Amino acid sequence: MHMGMQSRQRANTWGRGFLTGALILIFLVLSGGQPANALPAFARKYGLRCSACHESWPMLNFFGQKFKDNGYQLMNERDAPIWQNPSYWPVTFRIIPIWHRVSTGKVAVDQGSGITRVTTNGFDLSGLDFHTGGTLEKNFSFYVLPSSDATASFHFETVMARLDNLFGSPWLNLKLGKFELDNLLSEKRILTLTGNGGIYQLYHFMPVGSGNIFGQIGDNQLGLELMGHSFNDRTRYSAALLSSTDGSVGLPYGSAYTGFFTFSQAFDVGRLGVSRVGAYAMIGEAPTFYLTSGGTPLGGTGVSNKSFHREGFVGQFYFGQHFDLQVVTQHGWDNAWFGQGYGDPIDTAGAPNNLPGTTLPVGAQAPSWNGILFEPHYVYSPQLIFIGRYETISMSQQANGPQSAAPSPSNLGNISTYTVGFRYNPFMTSRAGFAWHNEYNWLHQDGTGPLINSSSSNINSSELLMGFDFDF
Amino acid sequence: MNNMKPVHFSSAILGFILAAGFAGIRAQDVPDVGPHPPQPAKHTESHIGNITGHSANARMDYRRYCAGCHGDLGDGQGENTPWLDPKPRNFTLATFKCRSTPTGTLPTDEDLFNTIGRGLTNSNMPIWNTFTRQQRADLVAYIKTFSPRWEKEKAGEPIKVPAEPPITIESISHGKALFTKLECWKCHGPQGKGDGPSAATLTDSQDNPIRPYNFAAGKDDSRFKCGSNNEDIYKIFMTGVDGTPMPSFADTIQPNDAWDLVHFLRTLQVNRRSRENDVLRSAGGRIPPYVEKPSDAPPANPPGSGAAGGGN
Repeated sequence: MHMGMQSRQRANTWGRGFLTGALILIFLVLSGGQPANALPAFARKYGLRCSACHESWPMLNFFGQKFKDNGYQLMNERDAPIWQNPSYWPVTFRIIPIWHRVSTGKVAVDQGSGITRVTTNGFDLSGLDFHTGGTLEKNFSFYVLPSSDATASFHFETVMARLDNLFGSPWLNLKLGKFELDNLLSEKRILTLTGNGGIYQLYHFMPVGSGNIFGQIGDNQLGLELMGHSFNDRTRYSAALLSSTDGSVGLPYGSAYTGFFTFSQAFDVGRLGVSRVGAYAMIGEAPTFYLTSGGTPLGGTGVSNKSFHREGFVGQFYFGQHFDLQVVTQHGWDNAWFGQGYGDPIDTAGAPNNLPGTTLPVGAQAPSWNGILFEPHYVYSPQLIFIGRYETISMSQQANGPQSAAPSPSNLGNISTYTVGFRYNPFMTSRAGFAWHNEYNWLHQDGTGPLINSSSSNINSSELLMGFDFDF
Repeated sequence: MNNMKPVHFSSAILGFILAAGFAGIRAQDVPDVGPHPPQPAKHTESHIGNITGHSANARMDYRRYCAGCHGDLGDGQGENTPWLDPKPRNFTLATFKCRSTPTGTLPTDEDLFNTIGRGLTNSNMPIWNTFTRQQRADLVAYIKTFSPRWEKEKAGEPIKVPAEPPITIESISHGKALFTKLECWKCHGPQGKGDGPSAATLTDSQDNPIRPYNFAAGKDDSRFKCGSNNEDIYKIFMTGVDGTPMPSFADTIQPNDAWDLVHFLRTLQVNRRSRENDVLRSAGGRIPPYVEKPSDAPPANPPGSGAAGGGN
């Protein structure tokens, strides 16, 4: 046993040295990197550097947000594709080879004490994204994004067409298809890549045991969006009508709808830059009862809709050219039926079905929670950005209240997570994007680990990731 | 974190911090990471209303937004320049198209400020109205560091723009006569479509091909190179578009003549709603022949249609 510990310590020491050396070596190699011969779609169309639209690719700055809001147009005479060279090819590919070390605590196993930490590391791949978008004609824009997982299993992440500047007004833009919700702090343009740090927990949070998959504002959704903005994009609004399917195609649930609404206003703050504050709300309903055949729920038959909502504030605060802070808050609420696991028996085996005559258990109540995320950035230059994030979500009311047969601890499912990282772009042109990405994420969740001494335990997970994030 | 072995955690954090710190150190040494454009030896200011712009504050914005076309040295030789038409402005020459000042003089700070916020139509210069006013003022100051002219010369005095006279069919008719007499049509074409007989031969002061403005293109949102309202067109006549073949007519025509020309040019924008087109429609859609009055004596030295403009 003692020898085993020594051996592990030697291995850890060696591993630490190897890790540090490898990171430094890779950086040295990258410092002498040459521009790749590749063509990101928008930058090459307009002859602008990536940095013109991105604070750090892929996160947009205000100019990039305005470009997007205008339907991927600069609003000049050359927006229509007829003005492009016939060989213009509006496609960008993005994939990220990585090395990462993932550590998950309190995994139930058959061996030993039955609970152990699982830590593994190695080289890996992200999925592949085919971004294709732009204009079909002046004021007709589109975006199609077939996206794969790391095994090349594809789905359509985004498919949308948009009528821009209806009646010549930037206040009227109509989008139809599957698209990212109008989140100012875009998860699709997130600067971090780890499993837990590469998403915003707030955008996907579900109370423990919840069956409501439909309230995830970070998932692309199917629907119709009316969006508008002032000429300089300082004032923005959007209102979307979505199918309550969490973006799944084929009408797999029922005929329920969800609304997503945003409003924001930006302010000139002199030398500090342009700061923006806004609010969002998602208000929807989704089915809890499905017809069955042989006991199996049938897709598309969902009724007995129950409601849910999410709302919060967004702040994008800039403090000069080098430092900014992004803030998002959220208050979430689900109907008590969702809290008991009703909502998605189609995809979740064993999920309950609200058959006629079903009643809620004693003590069942509507789960609700509050959360906030802070994401500061230090932009040393357009080529080097340091990223940090702290997110915390705290339940304010559990689904199983004090009157329940098995009341939930007040902190069950609470999440805290930290992420730090940096992205270095060895070159900056209008032809391709390349970032050497380094990131560390740590996540803690209360009460979701295995039972230890008859009480639930907490889980800590961490991930260290290094990768080459490139598009062309 | 309690369940994470300290050695794992510390090795991860140590590796990360070392790499990050090393990146930061390297960032200061590698010129490709820091703000590219050299810090100008002389600090320059701009003054826009009550805002003072400082060149030192604009280095990063210039690199992020401008240098790809205008070049790190402001010489118009950014990496995108070979593919752009027209070519980006060469700030080292301090010759600017859009000015409120007489031809050959430096523009005011406000002229440059407005150009950044307005963008330049028929070019790759976007509308940079997402900047704060302070950012734009800082960029104006930064642009002025590229040429020694700004140290030796003062900006020109903005021209006076008299009040616009009423839009009448007579005014439009006189404008049309001037359009012919001044040979505007040689470049801009008889219908203002930019297809005059000289159009294909035009070059700017850097010998790059340049196309005359096509008035007939565009609809209600059509813009001119240096603005979109009637006063902006007036200024284009009277100050010229320096660095291009479009000369100044300040010494050639009277202010009222310039306004008549403005009114006529608006009617060439056939797809744009305008008061001028309303007047023309009310007059039956035809511009009557202009009957010359004694006061309309022809100019002594009509400008050549293809002559280079002011600038340097």
